[in-house]
Amino acid sequence: MRIRHAGDSMLLVEFEPAIDPIINARAIALAHRIRDRAASGILDVVPGYCTVGVHFDPLLTDLAALERTISIDAVRLDEIDQSPDGHAIEIPVVYGGEAGPDLEKVAVFAGCTADEVIARHAARTYRVYMLGFVPGFAYMGRVDASIAAPRHRVPRDRVPAGSVGIAGEQTGVYPVESPGGWQLIGRTTAVLFDPMRSPPNLLAPGGLVRFVPQGGLRL
Amino acid sequence: MTGILHVVKPGLQTTVQDLGRVGHQAAGVPVAGPMDVFSHRLANQLVGNPPGAATLEITLMGPELQIEADTTMAVAGAEFDIVCDQRMVAVGSSFGVSRGQRLRFGRRLKGARAYLAVTGGIATPPVLGSRATHLVSHMGGLDGRALVAGDRLPVASGPSACPPRKSMGLTLPTGGRARLRILPGPQVEWFRPEAWRVLTGGAFRISPMSNRMGYRLEGSSLPRLLDDELISQAVCFGSVQVPAAGLPILLMADRQTTGGYPKVAEVISADLPLAAQLAPGEFIEFVMCSRADAVAALIARERQWLRLQDLRGPA
Repeated sequence: MRIRHAGDSMLLVEFEPAIDPIINARAIALAHRIRDRAASGILDVVPGYCTVGVHFDPLLTDLAALERTISIDAVRLDEIDQSPDGHAIEIPVVYGGEAGPDLEKVAVFAGCTADEVIARHAARTYRVYMLGFVPGFAYMGRVDASIAAPRHRVPRDRVPAGSVGIAGEQTGVYPVESPGGWQLIGRTTAVLFDPMRSPPNLLAPGGLVRFVPQGGLRL
Repeated sequence: MTGILHVVKPGLQTTVQDLGRVGHQAAGVPVAGPMDVFSHRLANQLVGNPPGAATLEITLMGPELQIEADTTMAVAGAEFDIVCDQRMVAVGSSFGVSRGQRLRFGRRLKGARAYLAVTGGIATPPVLGSRATHLVSHMGGLDGRALVAGDRLPVASGPSACPPRKSMGLTLPTGGRARLRILPGPQVEWFRPEAWRVLTGGAFRISPMSNRMGYRLEGSSLPRLLDDELISQAVCFGSVQVPAAGLPILLMADRQTTGGYPKVAEVISADLPLAAQLAPGEFIEFVMCSRADAVAALIARERQWLRLQDLRGPA
């Protein structure tokens, strides 16, 4: 574990940089401990795959004391329960065509057909590692290495709501129209986030997800 | 008693903002809030509101508003020609308005974003504890969007008979450029040493493709040492992230909670209001500073607030 300064108002706690369920469970557990301690000056605690962002008010925070506290909270994280939560949530997806404009490019990357990309993406049960980017956006993994195409070099300015994408070994669904750099392979009608719903997120860290191809055919 | 502001003309992009939706970033909920938090606080202070009261953030072209109840208002931040009926209104001073009057924003003189506070605060319904508008996720404010003609904004009741106040505002950028102080970002080692020289050695132009989420910057690209994919992690207001093409993006108020591009630098909190006062087409110069400088700059800012409190005299 390492604590880095990210500007004057966030600490970034880093674990081993990997998409790994055990490392991720540690990050989530550490985030809970920091949040539960509710130290003065802490504004928000944001767990990632293998990191925890701790946002703080620089005028209300004793930084050295906060770093010590985090180091104490980080001990014995290996004792926590790492089993994923409950049943897999099923997300219906229309793959390819207008719904998935990058499907063919991912197929070229993988050296296989578009149908094989769909089969490989839908074959796995994914773990929800973290939420971020926009409300309800769940980062899931791990994607089959053969179809793990990297992000676009220049992000798109507009990605439609419901788009299902791949970025390296991560997969995810855009809950609202937003800019984005992921390879778009399909689209869902599932509502990922609704602030009037309780809880607002369809998916939560540590949960499981399966993508279900619709109609058996792509558009 | 609740007052109403009637939107006759909305301006280019006028949104309801408070201090932001803090505490929900783990669910991916962005903070939003004012681009220039200093001027937002100042406008509130001038009308006797707490800093968290909702104001209108006015961008580049201001609105025309019909006032439907007597109240006190103040504008802080960017300088505009503003008239209330026939009377000129100064930025940085509170002023009384009467039912039936019209407040019109005219020519923009300096800066990019102004904040209009009304005694009591704008009272649109809070979402997850905040009235801040987040445009990308259509959350908060008035239906999660910028104002349009015909909108009616509720105003909460506030302290009556607020005495007139005046204050020095933010020192706005001149000549279409501003110098922003930076600290090294968490992935600074992912870049070649010359990337830091490129970043601090010249000016970057704010692309027209910039918005409340972030400023896309045009200039020399920043050469990377490591071409790895970053595993997504938390980001900040002020993070300077660099996609593979090498041109930096400065994350602003509507930024995402997390991101997967390496961050070469972080703009210090005290300089973010200045960044907010730059318009597309204007220039940023980055200068390295120390953590101590960053905190000292914030403390200097707080001293300014304390002086303001003194001017108010005993409560």
